[in-house]
Amino acid sequence: MFPWLTTALVLPLVGAVVVAVLPKARLDAAKLVALGFSLATLVLVIVLALRFDVADAGTYQFTEQVSWIPQLGVSYALGLDGIALSMVALTAVLVPVCLLASWRDLGPAAGGRVDGQFLVLVLVLQALVIGVFTARDLFLFYVFFEVMLLPMYLLIGRYGGPKRREAATTFLVYSLAGGLVMLAAVIGVYVTGPGGSDGFLLDNLVALDGVPGSRWLFLGLFVAFAVKAPLWPVHTWLPDAAAQAPPGAAVLLVGVLDKVGTFGMLTILLPMFPEAARWAAPVIIILALVSIIYGALVALAQKDVLRLIAWTSISHFGFIVLGIFAMTTAGQSGAALYQVNHGFSTAALFLVAGMLATRRGSSLIADFGGGQKVMPLLAGAFLVAGLSSLALPGLSSFISEFLVLVGTFERYPWAAVIATLGIILAALYVLWTYQRMMTGETVPALADPPGAKPRSRDMVPREALVVAPLLAVIIGLGFYPKPVLDILTPAVERTMEQTGMTDPTPLFVAEGSDG
Amino acid sequence: MSAVIPMSGLQAVPATGVESLAWLLVVIPLLSAGVLLLAGRAADRWGHWLGLAASAVAFVVGALVFFSVLGHGAEERARSVAGFSWVPAGTFQVDAGLLVDPLSLSFVLLITFVGTLIHVYSVEYMAHDVDRRRFFAYLNLFIAAMLLLVLADSYLLLYVGWEGVGLASYLLIGFWNHRIEYAVAAKKAFVVNRVGDFGLSLAIMAMFVSFGSVQFDDVLSGAAGASETWLTVIGLLLLLAACGKSAQFPLQSWLGDAMAGPTPVSALIHAATMVTAGVYLVIRSGPIFEGAPAATLAVAVVGAITLLYGAIVGAAKDDIKKALAASTMSQIGYMMLAAGLGPIGYVFAIFHLLTHGFFKAGMFLGAGSVMHGMNDETDMRRFGGLRRVMMLTWVTFGLGWLAIIGVPPFSGFFSKDEIIHAAFEGEGLRPWVLGTITVIGAGITAFYMSRLFFMTFHGRKRWHDGTVAPEPHPHESPVLMVAPMVVLAIGSAALGPVLYYTGALESWLEPVFTAPPELEPVVNLDLVTAVTLLVIVAGVALAFLMYLRRDVPVVAPRGNALTRAARADLYQDDVNDIAFVTTGTAFVRGMGEVDDDLVSRGAVGGVTRSIRAAGAGLSRLQTGFVRSYALSMFAGVALVVGALLITQI
Amino acid sequence: MDLMNWVYLSVVLFTIGGATVLVRRNAIVVFMGVELMLNSANLAFVTFARMHGDLDGQTVALFVMLVAAAEVVIGLAIIMAIFRARRSASVDDANLLKY
Repeated sequence: MFPWLTTALVLPLVGAVVVAVLPKARLDAAKLVALGFSLATLVLVIVLALRFDVADAGTYQFTEQVSWIPQLGVSYALGLDGIALSMVALTAVLVPVCLLASWRDLGPAAGGRVDGQFLVLVLVLQALVIGVFTARDLFLFYVFFEVMLLPMYLLIGRYGGPKRREAATTFLVYSLAGGLVMLAAVIGVYVTGPGGSDGFLLDNLVALDGVPGSRWLFLGLFVAFAVKAPLWPVHTWLPDAAAQAPPGAAVLLVGVLDKVGTFGMLTILLPMFPEAARWAAPVIIILALVSIIYGALVALAQKDVLRLIAWTSISHFGFIVLGIFAMTTAGQSGAALYQVNHGFSTAALFLVAGMLATRRGSSLIADFGGGQKVMPLLAGAFLVAGLSSLALPGLSSFISEFLVLVGTFERYPWAAVIATLGIILAALYVLWTYQRMMTGETVPALADPPGAKPRSRDMVPREALVVAPLLAVIIGLGFYPKPVLDILTPAVERTMEQTGMTDPTPLFVAEGSDG
Repeated sequence: MSAVIPMSGLQAVPATGVESLAWLLVVIPLLSAGVLLLAGRAADRWGHWLGLAASAVAFVVGALVFFSVLGHGAEERARSVAGFSWVPAGTFQVDAGLLVDPLSLSFVLLITFVGTLIHVYSVEYMAHDVDRRRFFAYLNLFIAAMLLLVLADSYLLLYVGWEGVGLASYLLIGFWNHRIEYAVAAKKAFVVNRVGDFGLSLAIMAMFVSFGSVQFDDVLSGAAGASETWLTVIGLLLLLAACGKSAQFPLQSWLGDAMAGPTPVSALIHAATMVTAGVYLVIRSGPIFEGAPAATLAVAVVGAITLLYGAIVGAAKDDIKKALAASTMSQIGYMMLAAGLGPIGYVFAIFHLLTHGFFKAGMFLGAGSVMHGMNDETDMRRFGGLRRVMMLTWVTFGLGWLAIIGVPPFSGFFSKDEIIHAAFEGEGLRPWVLGTITVIGAGITAFYMSRLFFMTFHGRKRWHDGTVAPEPHPHESPVLMVAPMVVLAIGSAALGPVLYYTGALESWLEPVFTAPPELEPVVNLDLVTAVTLLVIVAGVALAFLMYLRRDVPVVAPRGNALTRAARADLYQDDVNDIAFVTTGTAFVRGMGEVDDDLVSRGAVGGVTRSIRAAGAGLSRLQTGFVRSYALSMFAGVALVVGALLITQI
Repeated sequence: MDLMNWVYLSVVLFTIGGATVLVRRNAIVVFMGVELMLNSANLAFVTFARMHGDLDGQTVALFVMLVAAAEVVIGLAIIMAIFRARRSASVDDANLLKY
């Protein structure tokens, strides 16, 4: 068997090494090499997806397993199910897009211009993220989970805005604190788990409910994932980190890195501790609801567009967690799809907002006005991305948000009613922002410079190349989400089975219908 | 009631032949919109013709499908057009497919026919706008979404069209969004509609929980076996959705502001088609409302309130478009009220919807024609005496006026009379209340429409007094604008009597609906018609006395309390402001500050800062003196050795 | 003669070396203190080898001497470099490597 997943993991690392040894003066070559390796990874992931057996998306495929530290029961085990494939594919698409978006500079707020080390960090981050999504061993997962903090810490701390140091430290402290709790839980799992030379293999860690203190272990892992997700009340690191990071890195942070939290809840936590999960579900659902409403309300109060996007993400992560812990097929399929859709729509929002901020030299909403008249393409892209954020039917996020809501309604109608209020707030924060930035009189700083062609500040082809694939995915998946749902649903059904949950049956089944 | 026959239209047979082309109805305008948006300024020269062609082709396809369906027997006229598996997520399965039945076809013909006329009109009306291509792209987008809304065979797909028309409406209201108040109006329309969508979302969820499906056939045939509680909940949620989209009380506040959009938009979206989507939703969900009398009554009550509300507001507005918007609200109130009467009113609601689509669109186009000649002036107090300079506009508008106030033999008489009659049928107090309201509404309608008509076309020429600069030179509009007005005017005059006397609409729609129970009217219906006509004459006479015999001042007099309240939309915006906007803004601002100060700067920043401070403090131990490092090493070793010795002992 | 006396001697030498390292400032003298400590350890190793009657201790002592020689070379080179740069052999003057 060809080690597909190891190849996918190593390829960006090789790229990072190549970029690192290139002389500093050859920055253009370094950019091309980095982009080339990220595109090669994308091609590899596409090949993987084509070879992926969709009918069997619920089982792990392309598995690899090598004993690593047998004394501790640690193995190097990789595998890919439908949910993991969707996340790996998301990563593979977003990395080249982010590299291309950071091609010339990192945005106005960023401290420095792009350099070789930026590229190295992004590629290393990609490798680690692919690792964390494919790990089939709890210890290996933990290692990737912790190590991937470092490139992100450096990306924020070195290339971020004026307050990057504080933001990076906050990010690191929060994540490390979560990681510490997780380490304790991992040790606890080893002590109480099956043990043996492959005692950390996730396949051997299913339904550990019998073990003593299983609820504590559940909480330990949950806290780590909740910090990463981020869920209210441990969300506070995100707005600073995302707003200070250069847009390209912010996309990877919010679009991909944070998904590890919800990904872990869905594919690791629930199968491991079904009983504890059922026990904690009502409280977690309340936390998710608070995230949804609180995130949206605070987003409305933001003065900086990048912070606003970060806050909307907190609201969206609330939806994902809600779907996961509603424990219905619809809810969890919706949550898994939401992870993908949110990645694309937030990426589009962050990148377009970054392009706007570059032109204006500021990301404060009040500094904008009347943008649509002078840069219709950017304004249009911003609107489509925003509409995706507010889950307009016909765009991809609608499907996922609705599935989450309907899945929640099946079990907790009151929770679904509260969460649905979020769609009104979403319309407000998106359209109000658009109104303040893009309509009305054009502010002088955005107007075409005297003597220039009209609309001279609109999107350039490179930027169009960045945004077009994202918008195409957003619209395409809205009309035809079946290919993605087809790989997610079997995996979700497996999780449901492992959790011991079944969907509620309809209240009134029509006579003569087979349901 | 035990044998509630599911809407027979729902035992749909697979579409054959030309009917399976129904997807083209949606796809062609959508493609055209995409091309127009992506082609950029290269398409500026021919973009509007492409848009017009897309709409016209959609009408031709719609007509072909209509005749094909007409060729089947009455029981086979519901055709399902297969699509694709759209949202397959475990137990939640939704297929995207179309349902072509007499109900949806009635809408398709109205949308594509009126839509195409308005495309023709817009070619000329928007000729001087640099962004005409974008305007046509949005119009095409609207046509596609609206057709999807009425053709969808599941509530979820309907929702896509539902929001699609909302998006198109948002884009078109804010088409001239360099004026910030227009952008605000667009946002307001979308957000208020979202409140309605809140209802639609929850209704769809409740349907899935109740019936395990959101396809029309499963839900509507399952409704008979569901409990009244759930049906009432679903019905009320659907009503909330309908209130948002159709600008019914209490979600009506956006429609007046929506007049910020170009006038063809007001004609197409905010008069003839989109705002009637709520009526469509209620009628399509008939079996649900039949099982939920409370929800049905709520529909009728909402319709009755809005009917009066719109009429009162319309009687005080001086802006010609806002007066027409208030009138639209009121007329849709009639349709809602009819839909709230149960199956007996469905056909009449659709009847009024169709005739209203013609005469109101015609009058909006007429208003646009007047504005075109008057430098975009909308204040009726600045009009007057336009009859002589805009003969064709006067004639076409006049036909619309006669139709809407219900003068026989024009369209509105038949459709409105049917609704009034139906409102008087039943038992108890209800028919008396609803019936009386419909009659009073007819009187106010006659008053405010006559006021509008007289102020605009008759009386003194109030645009000639030299206070307006540049002085307008009203003239008849070009042929591309007048032609659609003429066609719509003919429809306004003839559609009602033709459909009424042939009974075509009833026999066409009948198979879709449950047979209505036989109800006795509480009074003699001929007497009702006579009284209605008297009330209408009184309304016209009052307007004649107030606005034609007496001179109309250019500056509006202060008026009495009711006038001022009506002018301010009965203070609806103030109530919303106090209840939601002001408090909400303050609340949100407070939350933002709390989060900023206490959480980010305080607690979270504090943790970060204290950790950094601890690090800084500890790093002071690194003095750089080798000897002190050596000392600490020795001390450490001594400690370890000591500890080992002690533990061994 | 009691073999333990050699151990006592090595302890004394080690203490002298350690005190030298801690209290003297001249880098050369500090270095001598380090050498003294190493050699006291060698003495202890050799003594223990004698006590146990095998060669392990002697072997280790040889290794220590080798390492010490290498260390002297590098250490003296560093001291020379520092002296050239700052005209001082005091360890307290070379305190740049701090917080």
